Amino acid sequence: MISLNVNGASRELDAEPEMPLLWALRDLLKLTGTKYGCGKALCGACTVHMDGRPIRACVTPVSAVAGRNITTIEGLSADGDHPVQRAWIELDVVQCGWCQSGQVLAAAALLEANSNPSDADIDAAMDGNICRCGTYPRIRAAIKRAAEIKRRGAE
Amino acid sequence: MNADTNAGRRHFLIGTAVIGAGLVIGINVARRRGTATRSGGGGKTLSPNVWLRIAPDDTVTLASGKAEMGQGITTGLAIALGEELDIDPARIVVEFAGVDKAYYHPFLPAQFTGGSNSTVTTHEVLRQVGATARAMLLAAAAKKWDTTVAELRTDNGVVHYGSRKLSYGELADAAAGEVLATKQKLKTQAEFKYIGKTQPRNDTRVKVTGRAKFGLDVDVPDMLTAMIARAPVFGATVKSFDDSEARKIQGVVAVKQVPSGVAVLAENTWAAQRGRDALKVDWNLGPMARFDVAQVRADYRAKIRKPGLIARNDGDALQALQSAGSRSIDVEYELPFLAHATMEPMNCAVHARADGADIWVGTQGHSLDVENAAEILGLKADQVRLHVQYLGGGFGRRANTVSDFTVEATHVAKDVGRPVKTVWTREDDMQGGYYRPFSVSRVRAAIDKDGKPLAWYHNCVSQPVLATSAFAKFAVLPDGRDPSSSEGSANLPYAFPNIRVDSINGVNGVPILWWRSVANSFHGFVVNSAMDELAALAGMDPVKFRRSLLGKRPRHLAVLDRAAEMANWGRPLAPGHYHGVALHESFDSIVAQVAEVSVDGAEVKVHKVHCAVDCGTAVNPGQVEAQMQSGIIFGLSAALWGEITFKDGRVQQSNFDSYRVLRMSEAPAIEVSIINSGAALGGIGEPGTPPIAPAVCAAIFAATGKRIRKLPIAGSLA
Repeated sequence: MISLNVNGASRELDAEPEMPLLWALRDLLKLTGTKYGCGKALCGACTVHMDGRPIRACVTPVSAVAGRNITTIEGLSADGDHPVQRAWIELDVVQCGWCQSGQVLAAAALLEANSNPSDADIDAAMDGNICRCGTYPRIRAAIKRAAEIKRRGAE
Repeated sequence: MNADTNAGRRHFLIGTAVIGAGLVIGINVARRRGTATRSGGGGKTLSPNVWLRIAPDDTVTLASGKAEMGQGITTGLAIALGEELDIDPARIVVEFAGVDKAYYHPFLPAQFTGGSNSTVTTHEVLRQVGATARAMLLAAAAKKWDTTVAELRTDNGVVHYGSRKLSYGELADAAAGEVLATKQKLKTQAEFKYIGKTQPRNDTRVKVTGRAKFGLDVDVPDMLTAMIARAPVFGATVKSFDDSEARKIQGVVAVKQVPSGVAVLAENTWAAQRGRDALKVDWNLGPMARFDVAQVRADYRAKIRKPGLIARNDGDALQALQSAGSRSIDVEYELPFLAHATMEPMNCAVHARADGADIWVGTQGHSLDVENAAEILGLKADQVRLHVQYLGGGFGRRANTVSDFTVEATHVAKDVGRPVKTVWTREDDMQGGYYRPFSVSRVRAAIDKDGKPLAWYHNCVSQPVLATSAFAKFAVLPDGRDPSSSEGSANLPYAFPNIRVDSINGVNGVPILWWRSVANSFHGFVVNSAMDELAALAGMDPVKFRRSLLGKRPRHLAVLDRAAEMANWGRPLAPGHYHGVALHESFDSIVAQVAEVSVDGAEVKVHKVHCAVDCGTAVNPGQVEAQMQSGIIFGLSAALWGEITFKDGRVQQSNFDSYRVLRMSEAPAIEVSIINSGAALGGIGEPGTPPIAPAVCAAIFAATGKRIRKLPIAGSLA
């Protein structure tokens, strides 16, 4: 059994140690908000937070996160009211939506580290997250908007 | 009307391809009369047709016959319904319907989502649905208050009579008894509350919280997950296989051969994948064992020298070309096979039973999937229930008329007794076929000494997409020509006195499919690139040259002018930056784009794209903008790097490392301007894609003097 903390709750998993965290979350814990896109850390669709930092769940063995705090899209906020989610809704960012859990979590981690990211900061933080629908222009604008919302909330 | 008469009329109308939206509603109103369903609230739900239910608790539900793959159609349908029903579209709950003939395409006996035609074919239908339901609610209210409909008004889900009011839910029970079979008068543009004003997407919240259910997210009790070892070469078949190691993997439940390969069924995805990795399959490779793109290239380059099947013939282009002087071009263009590479790889879950089946899938091919699965299972189509999920991208890949991913999943699940979800890895998806066809085009064109046009002759070889689909019998012409092969070439808007456009059916064993904008994806490039070459030959500015040939095309002219104006065309740019322009009509929408580009060796950077679009009327302008951005970025990935190639029959690309797509730092800034010309509604999901490759290549020519006649650009500049 492998113990990990997912979205604030302690979970015991009967999984082989090398099972990727992605499939443990999706198939065993039924948290399907974390998406599969490439299986090789090339697209970012499976991004989750480990102790607040973005990681790719598709190449992370579940044993490697034992005892760590994992946050998935389901646990980012109680009601979809995280500043990044609010900005995404306000600017109507999504299209097909498959990559957006990963985009939102990557953006949330960026804003934790950098409250006022420049275009170059956004490029650097988001380049690992592919969107085939081409929502990049709206993601860029929404990250800036989320930074505003977050700053205002902190004031 | 009784039910039999209705069915007869419906059949007749479909059979003659003149089905009218209002009539459909009329028939459906009659068909559903008296069958209003009981709801928990004690009253009846008003359900005048398959599209709409109004429950006593005021829940207004739109049952969409169309799939949502990012194009925003569930929001667009809610806008059309809400406009005439008079309720805020944001209050309408959208669910995905199964298969019903009422959702069939007006001209094709099938329910599908594609061809950029969801809004075009259902906007008026949903407006009629809304108007009809509103009229039923008003009629019921007038009876309750013993007054006339003329004394009543509606506002956002409520009927008002002086100071009295009743919500739509409160009236649903009584309205269900009303009979209104006639077509309702629709609002004028001036009366619109919602149409033409940006409405928020109705799927954003579920998609930023992880709650949206896509095909791969489907989880039903007792479900198994399968992965399939597929043929390494198209057309190969299983000679033998050894599953002894695969069966030892913990969680593997069964191994079975299916037509496309060998399936490993397991308790979870990881076990299925490990089980598949442990399989040993020996293949009969078949005739494509030595297949290489070089063979297709040589074949097509030879074929293009000969005339094809004629799609358009104005004047005598050949004669005019022969008598033309030296001011002519004779150029060939080559475009590669392309994968759709939807973010969500293919998948499909099937529960097959003796008496019926359920299918959970993100599909663009609703009724085709059901019919194809039913045939495999020996069931009738109405015994198969389709549960459409959100699509993690479509771009045409999920609109396969032979339903490859659903058919395969059905074979896997047949006789298993448990639901089985068949999952494709990224590599499976990229190497599994159904690509945008490879094409070679040749354009010969001539101008006179003053730069006036003389002749245009455009020929193209490519595998025909429609002719190789299940829709072939409805569309392919007696001479074997596939009209879809010349979409974007035969409609050349420029005023050449002699125009000929041909198409040649290419043949090879690569499975192909429509890829966002279909043949427009290559003709947009070819036509605009050749026009840019002609402008240079004439010594004219590319915008001015096009303008001089668009005198009778005011919509094209306005779109071109708008894009040029947005970009400050002709004004100096930052040092090392160059503009290129392209204009293309597809799916009855016209798009012009100006790309601002810099080139550093083989590195091309697209800084900005100015895009003007005329789709008639923008129902939801914010989503028209989003689809233009989407089409541009999708087309730019393909233009810069997109290419599926083969060696010894094997696809050489496998994942996003070898099939490069645009990332955040590479995405240009995009400005979109919408022209509401008031013309008939055009599509919006695809028309943003064709102009971007030629606009970028024209800018590369401006920057370097080099013509890109073979895509992707990376290969031509290397």
